[in-house]
Amino acid sequence: MKIFKAYIIIFFILLCKNLFADENSQRNEITKNLRCLICQGQSVYDSDSDFANSMKILVDKKLDQGLSEKEIYIFFKEKYGDWILYDPGLNKNTYLLWLLPILIFVFGGAIIFKRSIFKNN
Amino acid sequence: MKSKSVQYSIILIFLIIFVVFYKSLKDTNIYTPDVKINNDIPIFSTELLISNDELSSTKIFETDKFYLLNIWASWCVPCRDEHPILMSLSKNNKLTIIGMNYKDNKKNAKSFLDELGNPYKKIIVDKNGTNSIEWGAFGVPETFIIYNNKIIKKYIGPLNQELLMEIQKLIK
Repeated sequence: MKIFKAYIIIFFILLCKNLFADENSQRNEITKNLRCLICQGQSVYDSDSDFANSMKILVDKKLDQGLSEKEIYIFFKEKYGDWILYDPGLNKNTYLLWLLPILIFVFGGAIIFKRSIFKNN
Repeated sequence: MKSKSVQYSIILIFLIIFVVFYKSLKDTNIYTPDVKINNDIPIFSTELLISNDELSSTKIFETDKFYLLNIWASWCVPCRDEHPILMSLSKNNKLTIIGMNYKDNKKNAKSFLDELGNPYKKIIVDKNGTNSIEWGAFGVPETFIIYNNKIIKKYIGPLNQELLMEIQKLIK
């Protein structure tokens, strides 16, 4: 009887898995990384402006056409520039953004390393 | 010696902070996309406003001819301001003006043209705003000059007398 009860509980838990509203999960993921040009500072996912709503429709259309997430980002980048992406790639305008944390880390590490050697001596 | 280097580095840090703030506070926070020219025009098929026929973009834009694509809507106030400019450009034989009616009501769009005149040779409909995104636009009005299936110029916002002269010079 106990096993039967456990089976029923597991069955219902597994049933809940299908109740997630993840129909648009890929679209949501993409639109969260796209910046709205009208409500600047908001993502396309969060914004309800006319432009953002059109972008959502277009992302759906592109996904239906079989484009991958990366291809969709490239498509929007070509139209509006790097600014449209929340996660811009490494290029001549963003190299400082990407390299500065690494430089600071290396520089700080070098100082700490030097000090520890001094202390040991 | 050590205190002097500390002093210099403090001054340097403040100088850097000053320059960063001075430059970035002067800049506007509103981003407008770079105007990318010499991009190929997108290929699409869409409905026409007046005849309701479906038409492919390859049938609209021929090579070796200048085209002006204007994104407009009857609810857009700046479009009303730039309309006389488009009317005077429509008299130029070297330029074909194509309209893209953006998220508009057909009845309102038609009465807008009845009232102010129709400078457009063809008007395509952009019901959900996706066509204009394919063109790289993000609002109304926006104007593109097209030659040999490439965008050679893009204007964000309404056209004015100055831009009218510029366009006329461009297509000479």
